[in-house]
Amino acid sequence: MLAYIIRRVAQSALVLLIVGLVAFSMFRFVGDPIENMLGQERTVADIERLRDQLGLNQSIAVQYFKFLEGAAQGNLGVSYRQGRPVAEILMERAPATLELAAVSGILAIAFGIAFGVFTAIRRDGIVANVIMSASLIGVSLPTFLIGILLIYIFSVELGWLPSFGRGETVQIGNWSTGFLTPSGRQALVLPAITLGLYQMTLIMRLVRSEMLEVLRQDYIRFARARGLKSRAINFRHALKNTMVPVITVIGLQLGAIIAFAIITETVFQWPGVGLLFINAIQFVDIPVMAAYLMLISVMFVMINLIVDMLYFLVDPRLRVDRAGGH
Amino acid sequence: MRTTSIFTLGAVLLATTSTLSAETLRWARSGDALTLDPHAQNEGPTHTIRHQMYEPLIIRDVSGAFEPALATDWAPSADDPNVWVFNLREGVTFHEGAAFTAEDVIFSFERAKQPNSDMKELIGSITEVRAVDDYTIEIVTDGPNPILPSNLTNLFMMDKDWTEANDTVNVQDFEGGEITFATTNANGTGPYILESREPDVKTVMVRNDNYWGIDQFPMEVTEIVYTPIQNAATRVAAMLSGEIDFLQDMPVQDLARVNDAEGLVVKQAPQNRVIFFGMNLGADDIEADNIDGANPLADVRVRQAMSMAINRDAIQQVVMRGQSQPAGMIAPPFVNGWTAEMDAESSTDVDGAKALLAEAGYADGFSLRLDCPNDRYVNDEAICQAAVGMLGQIGVTVNLDSKPKAQHFPLITDGQTDFYMLGWGVPTYDSEYIFNFLVHGRESDIGTWNGTGFDNDELDAKIASLSSNTDLEARNADIADIWRVVQDEQLYIPIHHQVLNWGMAENVGIEVDPEDQPKIKYFTMN
Amino acid sequence: MTDLPDHTAPKLAEKSRLRAFLDSDIFFAFKRSPIAVVSTIVVTVLVLSAIFAPLLATTNPFDSASLNLMNGFTAPMAPNAFTGETFLLGTDDQGRDVFSTILYGMRISLFVGVAAVLFAMVLGITLGLIAGYLGGWVETIIMRIADVQLTFPSILVAMLIFGVAKGITPIEYRDQMAIWVLIIAIGLSDWVQFARVVRGATLVEKRKEYVEAARLIGRKPYAIMLKHILPNVLSPVLVIATISLALAIIAEATLSFLGVGAPPTQPSLGTLIRIGQGFLFSGEWWILLFPALTLLTLALSVNLLGDWLRDALNPRLR
Repeated sequence: MLAYIIRRVAQSALVLLIVGLVAFSMFRFVGDPIENMLGQERTVADIERLRDQLGLNQSIAVQYFKFLEGAAQGNLGVSYRQGRPVAEILMERAPATLELAAVSGILAIAFGIAFGVFTAIRRDGIVANVIMSASLIGVSLPTFLIGILLIYIFSVELGWLPSFGRGETVQIGNWSTGFLTPSGRQALVLPAITLGLYQMTLIMRLVRSEMLEVLRQDYIRFARARGLKSRAINFRHALKNTMVPVITVIGLQLGAIIAFAIITETVFQWPGVGLLFINAIQFVDIPVMAAYLMLISVMFVMINLIVDMLYFLVDPRLRVDRAGGH
Repeated sequence: MRTTSIFTLGAVLLATTSTLSAETLRWARSGDALTLDPHAQNEGPTHTIRHQMYEPLIIRDVSGAFEPALATDWAPSADDPNVWVFNLREGVTFHEGAAFTAEDVIFSFERAKQPNSDMKELIGSITEVRAVDDYTIEIVTDGPNPILPSNLTNLFMMDKDWTEANDTVNVQDFEGGEITFATTNANGTGPYILESREPDVKTVMVRNDNYWGIDQFPMEVTEIVYTPIQNAATRVAAMLSGEIDFLQDMPVQDLARVNDAEGLVVKQAPQNRVIFFGMNLGADDIEADNIDGANPLADVRVRQAMSMAINRDAIQQVVMRGQSQPAGMIAPPFVNGWTAEMDAESSTDVDGAKALLAEAGYADGFSLRLDCPNDRYVNDEAICQAAVGMLGQIGVTVNLDSKPKAQHFPLITDGQTDFYMLGWGVPTYDSEYIFNFLVHGRESDIGTWNGTGFDNDELDAKIASLSSNTDLEARNADIADIWRVVQDEQLYIPIHHQVLNWGMAENVGIEVDPEDQPKIKYFTMN
Repeated sequence: MTDLPDHTAPKLAEKSRLRAFLDSDIFFAFKRSPIAVVSTIVVTVLVLSAIFAPLLATTNPFDSASLNLMNGFTAPMAPNAFTGETFLLGTDDQGRDVFSTILYGMRISLFVGVAAVLFAMVLGITLGLIAGYLGGWVETIIMRIADVQLTFPSILVAMLIFGVAKGITPIEYRDQMAIWVLIIAIGLSDWVQFARVVRGATLVEKRKEYVEAARLIGRKPYAIMLKHILPNVLSPVLVIATISLALAIIAEATLSFLGVGAPPTQPSLGTLIRIGQGFLFSGEWWILLFPALTLLTLALSVNLLGDWLRDALNPRLR
């Protein structure tokens, strides 16, 4: 087990380094940061001085190495746009994204499982079929459009919910939370729905198909034949058995939630890391882009590793044939 | 401001109360100030935020005219053509209580000339600033500088003792990522005092009740809450749903909707920015066309034909929804040297354009790539798209390549584009600024934005002589001559002057400022 | 008369194949599912109208020179105030007929979607087969990359690829590159699912006796993979491909919002929606509504079809 973990960690680290190098060599194609940093009155000498100062004259490999060197010491560099350390900015922005991701994740899981169970039990019912079809509408429109439509309906036309930002936030230590104020909670509603809709559909469909399969298993049939109440069968036996694949998918979907947060945050002006990343791209803020991508990669590789190890613990046989199914 | 204790941690509620009083101005635009350090960045939205807290010697009022701020009057010295004399306002105090004197002015100029300062180019001609007494200073330049005051309207004054006490005498090294006390704190003489700030999220300011002009200006806003909102649709939604009282950077298509909405109005004024196309006329052959061995753009008739193909009225009416003013020259109307006659010189004549092209030997047209930004000017991409169609009608096939400004502008400054869109604002309100950047042949520190390859030594000499010519009449005649050449050569294809639009709640009273720099002290709140 | 059999023989064979299909369980299930029938019809109509767009459209919206800017913002079925022209679904900000633009835009969206899925499929199947059949370090490398790719957000991957491609393309070709870059970007972010399924199936099939037998009689590995293993994984691949198609079309729209989609002079449905959302508040609802409805109908039908296929092809659920 230990050897396996060490091997996986080493492989992951290598992959991360390569991802980083690829990402780094891409940055120069996003644009020239100098252009945004100096006003229209700048001279060629100004440009050269700044390029030199930022180390943009060096080769990609050197720039990358310097970034890694800094990152290893906890120094992620300085944002070109805000002129502040990237680590500080990320720390400041992370709570907004994590709170949004948590709320949409919980919404997605709760409604996903509930609808999934319902549509599996009432497989041929009209309501179940309507839910199944309607849920597809949510994944048949781009996220940004769903967000804008929600703003249009609930903010502009009805005036029920705020259209942008986090509302009031309360600072607890380094963490700014929107959970503790009414306006903060209101501000969460629309972005969380926008972000969670896709994952909800996914979880719902997964729960449904897993439930359908489990319900056909012999032991469920036996249970039913023994006269157990159908509610007991559905929840105590069937649902419990669908949870392993569902948990796996939820783990992997954490990444998707963080990624789609980029779009949701842009639409709702949600001051999280996704919006920070989009700003960074527009401004060619290389240090912020690099730090964000590295952070995301590390996070995903970790999730992957944990999921793998869970598999390993649950069933060592899976080690051989792990990736065969979902 | 309400302070609440959460549990026993004693955490502080950062945001303002949810019951907003009538005097709070909730203000939004697309971007945030980059820093609060008065001299670290020379950029519009950054200056706008500073103007609420800091003041320069002179500001521009809503008509673009000079208005005394920390200086009460100024004039060139009678004895020495290289000296300007400024009388300072007396009885002014900084937010933290210190009195404003000549010592602070001298210090601020010195600070603005530091290597890290982004304002140093604007005051490059100043060699010395000296105090005559506590409330009089003399500014010495390296030669006669008739337009010096126009370079001072964004040059903010700081408290010398405050910077020394807080170890922020040096300008923040913005690019190096330095954070100084002045980056996040402000102590100016201005009408508003910084209360709290989260970069890119929210900035709160409260009224300075000790402001020198508190009786002179309306000063009716007691609290400013400033929030950048990037996505245009969200910005408008926030205005429509009543979450914002004052909005800059409004999409032109939403003006009517906002104006029709109950309790909201939109006000407009011509902006100090002209939009135009540039063409590479200097190269022998250009890359992006389908004609080998020749550069069609080198022929003035081709350039004139292309200009005649553009239907500026249609662009104004449809793409800009009336929110622009068709242009015939690349100077905004505020600028010294602008004339109504030259600004009316563009006309649309598709048949005439075809004839001109045929005369130049391109009866079958040619093809070309147009480089266009998509996140810089109002509807930039849509204007380019419309131009593509119009040029297609005279046989010039244009492939549009639109991209973010960070990719677009290097093409112009590095000479990698043959046909491009550019917009230009003139902070000094004088044609010399335009000539220096857009007409003068390209050298290391002049003509940097001239992507046309145009280089006329005689004209360059004339442009260079403008900066020290104190005979304003002769200087203006030179300016007119230079413009004549630019117009006759069809160096650029002017499109239009932008119009600024500010959306506001009905109770907010303010006129639009051509610099797009609202100064909240002028706002009334009914 | 003598050559009659030569003609009828293949016809008969065809007929019997058709008959076999019509008699099959799948087709029987298909006939019984109104959702499947309706979505098939809708998808077919949409695909055909995209293919025959030049015949159906009243104007060619991609020909900039033919546009009259003064026709801009004409409401559906109402005459334009300046030109007096009337358009079925109105015009957009450039005076383009919305109906024609949707047809042409759907062409781009479908082309990008189908090509991206095909690219992902070919890449995924190839890598999956190789990984599953060869095993060892080749498998480790492929599947490790797949792991990272699977967890790494696909839109980020697509954005990065788009950025690089724009950078390395010579400047004079950039304006034509956008669509191909989109295809590669979306395809590259989508191959993992195929690879995983194919690899899993290959691992199972590889140990079966007929593959062993084929190997023993000296058949080449690639022949074994193509001839014997591939056919057994086609049905899950088909399901994934259908759902991926819907995802790819949506992904293209999302990328458009982030500014890396099809160019505005040759808009896809996604670009049209991105442009149209700017006019939602200003009252020109048709510029957003009609492309959005078209995209919704297209993606929804494809999704419903994929959903049905998944259930129908899963023997355990029948």
